Amino acid sequence: MMITIKYFGLLAEVTGCSSEKINFYGTTISDLKETLFQKHKVLKNKKFKVAQHNELNTDKTKVTSTEIALLPPFAGG
Amino acid sequence: MNRYNRHIILSEIGLEGQHKINMAKVLVVGAGGLGCPVLQYLAAAGIGTLGIIDFDIVSESNLQRQVLFGSSSLGINKAIAAKKRLEDLNTSITIHAYPKKLNYKNAISFFKEYDIIVDGTDNFKTRYLVSDACIITKKPLVYAGIYKFEGQVSVFNYNNGPSYRCLFPTPPRAEEIPNCSEIGVLGVLTGIIGSFQANEVIKIILNLGKILSGKVLYYNSLSHLFKLIKVSRSEKEIQKAIDSKPYFESLGEDLNYDVLSKLITIKEAITRKNTQWVDVRNENKNPTINHPKILQIPFNNLENNMDKLDANKEQIIFCQTGITSKKAISILQKNHFKDSFSLKNGALEVMNHFKKNNYEKP
Repeated sequence: MMITIKYFGLLAEVTGCSSEKINFYGTTISDLKETLFQKHKVLKNKKFKVAQHNELNTDKTKVTSTEIALLPPFAGG
Repeated sequence: MNRYNRHIILSEIGLEGQHKINMAKVLVVGAGGLGCPVLQYLAAAGIGTLGIIDFDIVSESNLQRQVLFGSSSLGINKAIAAKKRLEDLNTSITIHAYPKKLNYKNAISFFKEYDIIVDGTDNFKTRYLVSDACIITKKPLVYAGIYKFEGQVSVFNYNNGPSYRCLFPTPPRAEEIPNCSEIGVLGVLTGIIGSFQANEVIKIILNLGKILSGKVLYYNSLSHLFKLIKVSRSEKEIQKAIDSKPYFESLGEDLNYDVLSKLITIKEAITRKNTQWVDVRNENKNPTINHPKILQIPFNNLENNMDKLDANKEQIIFCQTGITSKKAISILQKNHFKDSFSLKNGALEVMNHFKKNNYEKP
């Protein structure tokens, strides 16, 4: 299915986009991460949380939304 | 209370709510981009006791966003410069400046003295330290972090809600995510996000509205995107922080700052022997209290009148409402008068006691 990925903070910079559409063939967040890692190797070394339906997910959560947000921690203050 | 009139006339706050604000004790860790707006609004709101901890000094590149400071603050410690500005903003609150680095040694003893902790730090190491110390001391943590044009805000450890570690279990490596001094930040963003933090502090004190617990608010100042993302509590992550308690404890407490144990009611005060009573009110002395055993030393002249105090006696300090007298205690402690107490409810309490006892005591 087509999924829109939203990148927040530093992730938008390292991937070069704040939002993109990808074709996803897996089932879980873990599968989705693998797909994204293949596309953007740089994401592998970054800490972030994955959210869908405005809720943070774990790797085992099933992907049910067509919009996924990747939220990294922000250091600045 | 004219100062707080616009709060008091809000039915959601009222006199009772404003009183809660005046009694609250809030510690802000970091007086930088986030800390400045937080402190500014909390001081103006009349938070009774504000603590500011920051080891850093004000530099010119801070002035673009750290709105408590001006040219005259350059080179001065941030906690001290902020205290100076805030004392002018609100003379009726107590402000403690701690010009030192928060570390595993002092965090717990600092946090224990306050009701709410605000995270205005700018690096992950301190953020995780603040978070863990909040879990151990069971203090609500009003958190925010910023990145260029984006910010995130949340309230942790509130009513059994999640902690920072439930959101981000382990710190990124230092080089993984740069901080503002390395990459820049929109000045006004810190004002927006810091104001969100101040807002949550006030709501927690008043138990008003929906507290931002169990959710992280994400904001992008360029796209106007607001997102509320649900965060669940992870017992495993919280336990990790609790397990670090022995580590905290093994480092001990290097803080002898102890004003809060120095509060006393008139009932307790009159049972103490060998006391010296001091009225430190500057003005508005209503009721006036003339008693041969009560020294009158206005707070503004207190530091110049230490010679009037008897080092062999315990000082019972009072003012109009019990706020200035707390400030007086810290001055006395600095001047080695360790056995001094602050009367909780001030001059009215003294007057009522006098009336009941035909002016015989103290």
